[in-house]
Amino acid sequence: MNEFITLMKPELLLMAMIFILLISKLGVGFNQSNLMKLIQGMLLINFIAGFFMNGEGQLFDNMYHTSSLIVLEKNILNLGMVLISFLFTDWFKKCDHLAEVFVLMLTALLGMFYMISSGNLLMFYLGLEMATIPVAAAATFNLEKKVSSEAAMKMILSSAFSSGIMLFGISLIYGAMGTLDFSEIPALLNGDSLQVMAFIFLFTAFAFKMSVVPFHLWTADVYEGSPIGITAFLSVISKGAIAFVFVSTLYKVFQPFHEIWYNMIMVLSVMTMLVGNLFALRQQNIKRFLAFSSIAQVGFILIGVSSNSIQGATSVIYFVLVYIFSNLAAFGVAGLVSFFTGKENIDDYKNFYKTNPLLSWIFALALFSLSGIPPTAGFFGKLFLLTSGASNGNYAFLIIAALNMMISLFYYLKVVRAMFMDKNENPILPIQINFATKIALFVCGGGIVLAGFFGFVFDYIQALVK
Amino acid sequence: MPNPIYIILILLLPLASFLIMGIFGRNHIKNASGIISTTLLFITACLAFYVAYGYFLEFGKVNGVYQKLIPFKLTWLEFSKGVSIDLGILLDPITAMMLVVVTLISLMVHIYSLGYMKGEERFSTYYAFLGLFTFSMLGLVVASNIFQIYMFWELVGVSSFLLIGFYFEKPSAVAASKKAFIVTRFADLGFLIGILILSFNAGTLDFQTLIQRLTSPESAELKSAVASSFLGISTLSWGMILVFMGGAGKSAMFPLHIWLPDAMEGPTPVSALIHAATMVVAGVFLVARLFPVFAISSPHALEMVGNVGAISALFAAVIACTQTDIKRVLAFSTMSQIGFMMFALGVSKYGGEEGLGYTASMFHLFTHALFKALLFLGAGAVIHYVHSNDMKDMGGLRKVMPITHLTFLIACLAIAGVPPFAGFFSKEEILLAAFHHNKMIYWIALLTSGLTAFYMFRLYFNIFWNKEHHAHGEHHGEGGFVMMMPLVLLAAGAAFAGFIPFGKFVSSDGLPLESEFHLQFSIVPVVLGLTGIFIAMLFYKKQNDKSDKIALALNGFYKATYNKFYFDEIYLFITKKIIFNFIGRPAAWFDKNIVDGMVNAFGNNTLAVSEKIKSFQSGKVQQYAIYFLSGVIGLAVLFIYLWK
Repeated sequence: MNEFITLMKPELLLMAMIFILLISKLGVGFNQSNLMKLIQGMLLINFIAGFFMNGEGQLFDNMYHTSSLIVLEKNILNLGMVLISFLFTDWFKKCDHLAEVFVLMLTALLGMFYMISSGNLLMFYLGLEMATIPVAAAATFNLEKKVSSEAAMKMILSSAFSSGIMLFGISLIYGAMGTLDFSEIPALLNGDSLQVMAFIFLFTAFAFKMSVVPFHLWTADVYEGSPIGITAFLSVISKGAIAFVFVSTLYKVFQPFHEIWYNMIMVLSVMTMLVGNLFALRQQNIKRFLAFSSIAQVGFILIGVSSNSIQGATSVIYFVLVYIFSNLAAFGVAGLVSFFTGKENIDDYKNFYKTNPLLSWIFALALFSLSGIPPTAGFFGKLFLLTSGASNGNYAFLIIAALNMMISLFYYLKVVRAMFMDKNENPILPIQINFATKIALFVCGGGIVLAGFFGFVFDYIQALVK
Repeated sequence: MPNPIYIILILLLPLASFLIMGIFGRNHIKNASGIISTTLLFITACLAFYVAYGYFLEFGKVNGVYQKLIPFKLTWLEFSKGVSIDLGILLDPITAMMLVVVTLISLMVHIYSLGYMKGEERFSTYYAFLGLFTFSMLGLVVASNIFQIYMFWELVGVSSFLLIGFYFEKPSAVAASKKAFIVTRFADLGFLIGILILSFNAGTLDFQTLIQRLTSPESAELKSAVASSFLGISTLSWGMILVFMGGAGKSAMFPLHIWLPDAMEGPTPVSALIHAATMVVAGVFLVARLFPVFAISSPHALEMVGNVGAISALFAAVIACTQTDIKRVLAFSTMSQIGFMMFALGVSKYGGEEGLGYTASMFHLFTHALFKALLFLGAGAVIHYVHSNDMKDMGGLRKVMPITHLTFLIACLAIAGVPPFAGFFSKEEILLAAFHHNKMIYWIALLTSGLTAFYMFRLYFNIFWNKEHHAHGEHHGEGGFVMMMPLVLLAAGAAFAGFIPFGKFVSSDGLPLESEFHLQFSIVPVVLGLTGIFIAMLFYKKQNDKSDKIALALNGFYKATYNKFYFDEIYLFITKKIIFNFIGRPAAWFDKNIVDGMVNAFGNNTLAVSEKIKSFQSGKVQQYAIYFLSGVIGLAVLFIYLWK
């Protein structure tokens, strides 16, 4: 029993929160603002509690397993969740169904936790579905907007499609090997075409969740239509979780196939970077812009994944951490602007610096980090990804990646230029930043600056991966 | 060993001063910023004295040898096993000495500036920059890793740039700060390449390991570094020469000296701190830090250090005789004195009696810091009083500025090497070392020290004697207590620091070195110095035309000297006419047409492709599903049938 609690602590805490929130809807008279504080408080406690009393081991016949690395991954996601709840305080407060939105998001997070911890494909599938469907529901919470329900609809249809293919893959694996247990699969992989096919089906479902080209098409529409808090959740938490899964399943379960998935990732990564960048170039809407740029970032994560080494796993996890800070900061500022002024176009940001210096600096810092300009953490993140990718000696691949970094520099800096240099008669009016939001913005900014300088962050992750 | 936290605090307090002044100074604590910074610096200086005292007299010595201690070390970036950039503190005699010098002079300048910079618009910014400089300089001297020293080296350059250009409304100040930055950056390029060569050959960036590997005769690293050569000079010597190039840039050695006179555009206390006592000796410090490698494994490079130092010393002394801007005289004098320190290192050997040059160089660095800072601060007081840098606006100030006059005189006597002032002892040791090892350098040094006495007293008589002073209008006196106190303290130092038995504390191998005093040996330099003073007195004590006649007689030479041997013009010719026309223009054309053209084409094509593929993103979910499915099938076909 005791072991059960320590091992499943992250999930149990999430469940407790979900139940508290459900009960809060049963007529306990919380007003919006108190409820928001309650949620933020609980998430903060949950994040802090993640550092204590952790164990390693497995439960339920190896259906569920955990290790200090997995705990770290969950903590990173918890951190992202806390930041989201702080960053979008204003929007959440205004939302009529605050408790429901969080119940849905937390359920999705719970699903991700199961997914990360799963030791069996069945469990994995459950986690994946649980991580998807609630978000689709949450995406519709901009109730007055039609695009919001369209987004939810598109998401649920697309993910149903991808789940179908994944289930097909799982059944093929079961058919070919007679087991779904992660620890038994590697020994049974022999490179037979059926197995490869099954693997590809599984792989595409991962790729879909991470919006790898050509499985990415839902991303932009869903990001644009969803409320910005949910978009941030999708683009940061969901992607982070699936990146972790990518590393753990490919490196452990499908290790015998590594030649196949190396090539596969290489092809997909190049396509993802290219298409993400090319689309991001032309975007005028800031949310679509961030959506496509995050697709391009996924391409870079894949480079790290492809390296098939300890350094690769470390750099992916490190990059996800950095990416949480950078992307959430960007979404946070965009969210504030869109909430208070309704403006979502890049042109609206012209001369933003004059009226909102703090937000401009944070936004610029986030964009610098996303484009990988030293000395921000994003630079170190990309550097580690590329160096671990380089260990395979495939330099053509890296040159393409470097070219893509150049393109991305162009469009990220376009936004910075709009904010700091372009003239505008009617810039966005000064925005009153909520205290909680301000803290979260500073945490993100601090993370962007410090995570790069403190080498021990990387060393710590590396020690855990080993 | 004391708690390392004290040493770390020595670094952190100036940094805190920088941050506090930088962030809050302008709006919140403008008037108090000077006091707060000075207090922080005072604590820093006390800690530095405490650490140095403890090191020299209590814990530093084991079995009579001063140890190199590492009280603190943090591995910051590990490239591979053994090669890492550390942030550490290396405590050895020269570090302890430099801690004292830097904090002491910085404290004096902080106090002095309370009066000198009073009423400045950017008062707190000034103190912020001073804090940044002090932090970087201290970081430089404690560095335990050659890359760490490089980082702080650059940081020192940046703060020097900021302070030279402090009066950024003046175009000349902006130009001077740019010049200083660019020239030293150029030299630092050499330094960086030198670091790379050294660390590649030694397989480490850590000073102690590096020195140990490159000096012990049986080490494989040393053998390979000496065996390979380029243009007849071994790889190791190339590395050391390039490292020295960085040092020569910072220390304004010939021919990289051109930035130093212009750097006098900065506020005068800054010149005292950076361009007289601390930053400019960084090059000497760097050579001293790597001295075992120079002396044991790379005598060629060390010989070059000696020659460059000797040339600079003489060259600058000659120019200093003709300048009329008093700060420029001091600037060239600084360059000349640093030349002394450099060639003292150059003529030294490692260990024992032969290492006298090393001790002498460090000793001179120490005493020079005291009297040169004093000279600059005194000059600052004079400039403050007459509102001009030019000698012709001065004269007869001895009556209205008695304290300045007296302290300035002490400093002049010290630099001229008149016994028993500080400069006498250190210069004597240098001359002795040169006499034993390199006669040529000895004669140059002797001539230079005569010239030094001459130009310093030319300066002195021109400011304080010469014509009578006519008080015009109201004058604000000599400057308050805060400006006079540092002068008096430094004057005490300049007068008595020579009696410190320096060889006991600082020597090339850590063993105490007994310095002997040779009466018959010191007669020549002292007589030469007194002669210089006497000639200066003849020429400049009263207004007369003797000096003009001499100048007329030596017309061409005088003009060339006055114009600093046209070195600036030579550099301008090389950069503007040759580099711009033959390298810059073609490079610009290439850049504009080929590089930019490619980038633009890349950008345009990217946009065009991006336009073409936008139809994929139709917004129709059915189509998405089709693309999805074709992706799956495509992958399956590719990896099952084609790519096996």
